[in-house]
Amino acid sequence: MKKPIAGGAGSVAGLEVALPHPRATQPQRLTRFLENERALAAILLAPTVLILGTFIAYPFIMGVWLSLSSTSVGNVGEFVGFKNFAKAWNDSIFRTAFGNTFYYTFWATIFKLTLGMWLALLLNRHFRGKRIVRASMLLPFIVPTVLSTFAWRWMFDPTFSVLNWLLYKGGLITTKLPFLSDGVYGMWCAITVNTWRGMPFFAITLLAGLQTINPDLHEAASLDGANGWKRFWHVTWPLLKPVTVVVVVFSVIQTFSDFQLIYVLTGGGPANSTHLLATYAYQVGVATGLLGEGAAISLFMLPVLFVVVWLQLRYLRRMEGA
Amino acid sequence: MDAKELNRRQFIKVTTATAAAAATGIEGIIAARRAPAYAQGTKLHMVRWVDFIPESDVELKRQMPEASKALGAEVVLETINANDLQPRITAAIQSGSGADIFIMLWNWAQLYGSSLVDVSDLATALARSEGGFYDVWPASAYVSGKWLALPHSIIGNAVAYRRSWLREVSANGYPKTWDEARRVFAQLKQKGKPYGQTLGHTFGDAPTFSYPMLWCFGGAETNPSGAKVAINSKGAVESVKFMQAFWKECCDEGGLAWDDTNNNRAFHAGEISATLNGASIYIVAKRQRDKIKDEKGEPMWQDIDHAPLPSGPAGRFHLYLPMSHAIMKYSKNPKLAKELLRWLHKKENYEKWFLTQEGYSVGATKSWENHPMWGKVDEPLRMFRTAARTTRIFGHAGPATAKATEVFSKYIITDMYAKAVQGLSAEDAVKWAAAELKQIYEG
Repeated sequence: MKKPIAGGAGSVAGLEVALPHPRATQPQRLTRFLENERALAAILLAPTVLILGTFIAYPFIMGVWLSLSSTSVGNVGEFVGFKNFAKAWNDSIFRTAFGNTFYYTFWATIFKLTLGMWLALLLNRHFRGKRIVRASMLLPFIVPTVLSTFAWRWMFDPTFSVLNWLLYKGGLITTKLPFLSDGVYGMWCAITVNTWRGMPFFAITLLAGLQTINPDLHEAASLDGANGWKRFWHVTWPLLKPVTVVVVVFSVIQTFSDFQLIYVLTGGGPANSTHLLATYAYQVGVATGLLGEGAAISLFMLPVLFVVVWLQLRYLRRMEGA
Repeated sequence: MDAKELNRRQFIKVTTATAAAAATGIEGIIAARRAPAYAQGTKLHMVRWVDFIPESDVELKRQMPEASKALGAEVVLETINANDLQPRITAAIQSGSGADIFIMLWNWAQLYGSSLVDVSDLATALARSEGGFYDVWPASAYVSGKWLALPHSIIGNAVAYRRSWLREVSANGYPKTWDEARRVFAQLKQKGKPYGQTLGHTFGDAPTFSYPMLWCFGGAETNPSGAKVAINSKGAVESVKFMQAFWKECCDEGGLAWDDTNNNRAFHAGEISATLNGASIYIVAKRQRDKIKDEKGEPMWQDIDHAPLPSGPAGRFHLYLPMSHAIMKYSKNPKLAKELLRWLHKKENYEKWFLTQEGYSVGATKSWENHPMWGKVDEPLRMFRTAARTTRIFGHAGPATAKATEVFSKYIITDMYAKAVQGLSAEDAVKWAAAELKQIYEG
């Protein structure tokens, strides 16, 4: 004997389907619309596109337009082509800032990488209080840059430097060291502070990378007679390279466009010897009100960073493919 | 029925008085003894620098509720670091929102002219009622036939020095010429008591020293029309050469990294024997006599005196700091903002602020030279009374245009000296400055 199928003809449910139901058409249409993958993708992506468009694309396009115009504070400018770029290139302060930016980024990244790697290797070992040390290591990275830089500025103060006082009392110097009042010292003070601040980011990321390396590999290498250096060079380093490349890319971008640290520590002085592209762009664009020229100076960073990122990502892809 | 009629009459009376007050300005408001008819919750935001005389900010903040009551709107005063003013003004103008009134230093009204409200009515009335403005004001705030900022005050400067320390090297009073100063401070530096001077990127003490140094040797930024750069001259080279020697022999070389506060702190700590500054070193030392003491434990202010900058071969020149207030065009309440400025300049209000300054600032108009305060202030402060008569402004020998402000904002004149004292030859330092100035004035 055949059992009646629920909802089939003759059943109560079947009768219900047959009745007119005006509201049911709406959700059906919506469901059909959402079942369309393209439409759903567009809806899901829309908020992200809107946010990226508003906060990244619009300011970027605006920056490009400003750099090609004679806009100054309160005055809508005219299109001037590459005049602002040419003017910047002919400006000796710009060229100093351009060179300083490379110098500062290069040395700060080298130090952050070296010291960050060293710290990561130390923290990868087992010792008592490891968690506390790991957490406290992040402090320089957590404290707002402006605050920590003010503290450094106080330590490097030309008249009341606590570092000079300590060195003098320790019998290591007889006259004050010109921490911020000499161009070369000033730049190295800035590199020191940047390294102090950025090193934890390197250390913690490299530490995460180190912990993904299978200890058996080290054990096998030890059994084969590899010493500590050989184990690092032939086992740890090749496996850590992808993480390192990503960290270096991030760091180069951040350091190349650094602003707060220099602004607070030296203001670009003495005599522009510590100006970076970001601080000089700010001085020209915001402090002096020449928005077009300021935008052109800051846009000089774009091709440089683009090439750095492109080279490093290309290298990364090649490693992944190998 | 009767009660209803009475209420209607009362209502008409109140609204008429309020409308009359609004129409007739502050005099009308005071006469009507009522606040004007600004929408409830109307706010007026004013941004000034953090004054080097803290008591003056206290006084102005104390006055704000009184101003709010008189104007019928909430007046808010915000004080920020002077080096942050220009970025803040630029951001406000570009976004079309921010404070209704900004303090303008130097000749900034030239730079932001297109975004400022014409306050010629206020300026003309103020000058007429108070004996006229000093000569520096048209160059500072009068742009294309309009007053775009209302002159408020001028901060004089002088060399604050330790009388007893100069006597130690047989200096009878402060040196009159730069050559004498070099002899005196070379001896003092050898005793560990150098001259303190900033050549850093800072708005006040660096340009007030470096521009007069250029002028007193006959140097100038441009020719009188302002069209041609004139800095590559014998006078400018001589001034840089002098500065190189003075720096090495006489100055605290840490000054290259000083801002406007470092010399105050160094002086009060007994680290330097003299420094170019406003009167704040003396005033603060006197007001904090229990804290600021000399090496003998005596209050330091008793040993401080003031002198004008020494003369160079071309004479003696000064650069004092004119301070004015500008109303921003984007302000929704420009009339109210004008009324606030008028209220601040009413004699009884301005005077209270003026007295707290004790000579650190002088008035924008000449009549304040005759204020009885000058008869009561200490002898070292009296020289500031007429200080504003002689000041020059940026751009000399040309006009103080926005281009002159650009030169100042980029610290080019100061950096010319800073580069030279760090080892660049005087000729090359001047050439560097000339190239930078050409980009700005002739580019």
